[in-house]
Amino acid sequence: MMKHESIETNAGLLIILTLAAISIGGLVEIVPLFHIEGTVEDIKTADGKDAVRPYTPLEQLGRDIYIREGCYNCHSQMIRPFRDEALRYGHYSLAAESQYDHPFQWGSKRTGPDLARVGGKYSNSWHVQHLNRPRSVVPESIMPNYPWLLKNDLYYDDVQGKMKALKKVGVPYSLTKEEYAANVEKFGEEVASLLDINRAETNMVEQAKQGNFDGNPARLTEMDALVAYLQVLGTMVDFSRHDEAEFIKFR
Amino acid sequence: MAHSAAAPMEQYNYDIVKKFALMTLFWGIAGMAAGTYIASELAWPFLNFDIAQITFGRLRPLHTSGVIFGFGGNALFATSFYVVQRTCQTRLWGGKLAEFIFWGWNGALVIAGLGYLMGVTQGREYAEPEWYVDLLILVVWVAYFLVYVMTLLRRSQPHIYVANWFYLAFILATALLHVFNNLAVPVSLFGIKSYSLFSGAQDAMTQWWYGHNAVGFFLTAAFLGMMYYFVPKQAGRPVYSYRLSIVHFWALSFMYMWVGTHHLHWTAIPDWTSSLAAAFSILLLMPSWGGMINGIMTLSGAWDKLRSDPIMMFLITSLSFYGMSTFEGPMMSLKSVNALSHYTDWTVGHVHSGALGWVAMVSFGSLYHMIPKLWNKKIYSEKLIYIHFFFATIGILLYITALWVSGIGQGLMLRAFDQYGNLKYSFIETVVFMHGPLVARAIAGMFFVAGILLMTYNIWKTITAGQEATAPETAPATA
Repeated sequence: MMKHESIETNAGLLIILTLAAISIGGLVEIVPLFHIEGTVEDIKTADGKDAVRPYTPLEQLGRDIYIREGCYNCHSQMIRPFRDEALRYGHYSLAAESQYDHPFQWGSKRTGPDLARVGGKYSNSWHVQHLNRPRSVVPESIMPNYPWLLKNDLYYDDVQGKMKALKKVGVPYSLTKEEYAANVEKFGEEVASLLDINRAETNMVEQAKQGNFDGNPARLTEMDALVAYLQVLGTMVDFSRHDEAEFIKFR
Repeated sequence: MAHSAAAPMEQYNYDIVKKFALMTLFWGIAGMAAGTYIASELAWPFLNFDIAQITFGRLRPLHTSGVIFGFGGNALFATSFYVVQRTCQTRLWGGKLAEFIFWGWNGALVIAGLGYLMGVTQGREYAEPEWYVDLLILVVWVAYFLVYVMTLLRRSQPHIYVANWFYLAFILATALLHVFNNLAVPVSLFGIKSYSLFSGAQDAMTQWWYGHNAVGFFLTAAFLGMMYYFVPKQAGRPVYSYRLSIVHFWALSFMYMWVGTHHLHWTAIPDWTSSLAAAFSILLLMPSWGGMINGIMTLSGAWDKLRSDPIMMFLITSLSFYGMSTFEGPMMSLKSVNALSHYTDWTVGHVHSGALGWVAMVSFGSLYHMIPKLWNKKIYSEKLIYIHFFFATIGILLYITALWVSGIGQGLMLRAFDQYGNLKYSFIETVVFMHGPLVARAIAGMFFVAGILLMTYNIWKTITAGQEATAPETAPATA
């Protein structure tokens, strides 16, 4: 039998055996998730298209601001399958709902409430007021004020570059005609046009104008983008179409 | 006299160890002060002052990076370079390469830290630095690996001492974690923004595999290396059990990598990964406590030092906190407990019982042991070490207790129902409830910062005005 002494006296052997010991756990738990079907649920709309779509350019830039401000330090985006969370936040989160999130923002701490389904719960003007001065709508809140969101114009010169980078990591934004056609097939005409990188700026300005997220249609601010992002969170899957227990098998 | 003091300087590269040791104190003060400030922001939100750069969300990564990679990282570089030279009885390999590690590592931290304040972040907890900082860190880390291993290969002893196994596992694991968790595609070669290669569930798994093993290897295995050198040295006794240290090392290295998923209980990942992680988390109690017992029992026959030696008090208290938090951790990784504790301050309190109680205390003890030897001076004031010890201990106990109240209290309130089956409390009512504990936690942080300020003063006086130590034990036989 090999004695431990032979490892202690041989640095090379010590390195190799240590590497082996520390590699196994990650390999067993993580690698299968890229291959097991059902790690990410496949959810369709009534007309057979993908229910969960990538973010529009405006929403994605809003998401970048969410990350810039470090919102994940205090807000989760992951509802667990408990009665109190169902009553407070809604249906538990599905893996499919964050499949285009690079990086994921599930969070680890709720200093403030979960935001996975905050979309549509409050009006745009509530969000603007709240982000600007949280204590003006929730007197006991301990959230910082974010007054600069309304003051800063949204910087979007690099929006196409950002979408191209996201395309490289697997988000189905389209550049070519073939990719666009594939998106029409997958998401339908209306969504596919929003995911077209060539039309990014136009789409963005259009969405901001129509949505009027910050209450001032004349300007495109960081507030527009962030509120557009918050308002889409958790709204893509229509749970009235699904059985209560349908998603349990994926867990 | 001058001759005997000079000899070890030539035999070992102490210059680099000194630099890292002083930088440890710098980052300790900066990181812990930032932590106390953001803790105060939660208690008194006006402290955000409507200044983007110091809002909680941007300042918190500065705190976590500052204490983990700044304070912890520099403490590990300092002690690992000290320990590897002393136990191998050879000079550090690589000459100026160690200087590069010093400036590269601390430069990366400064670039990353200033970036956070400007909103530059990957949005991954404890892996916030953007891609270009990650690349710099990688280069530094490869250099570290080379210097460490080449020094090991030059040892004038046949055996590699146990402390070095732990440091080595830490270097290897950190490389692995850093590379895979930071895989990302930059928007442009000259831009600062990048997007992670993985998304959603797979990204979460990778991140918490990283996140928990940053605790497991950066904050545990490496500091165990520190423990295996400085506890026996300070006690003047050999390690309690050689056999236990072997079991401890291999079991810990193997098991830690399985447990990260307990940060994702009840989330949108397959249930088996989370069950597997919980099972390994329970198993991990055994090597953890094995290590604690091995450390504490090293004091056998010298228990009186717990009364008379404040450095020993730091070291043994750190092992007690290590034992406590490695018991609390497995308990919190049970799914039923985690259902309540997750997302609350209980987790934050748990982390700090490990980070302040274990990591910081063992570092303080080791620095108090090492710094007088490096400068060949007597410690300026032993009394100040006592006072530091009590400031630190009171701070930690207040901190953990406050966050038990805050975390468990909020967890219970959030799941309370009234007689009609409706939610009993709104979310904001739990925030109101937490105000008291959050104030206590901020005060606890102030205690801890006061402690490290005392330490810095004491160390400064030791270096600049301390008495020469009469008989340096570092002097080789030839001196």
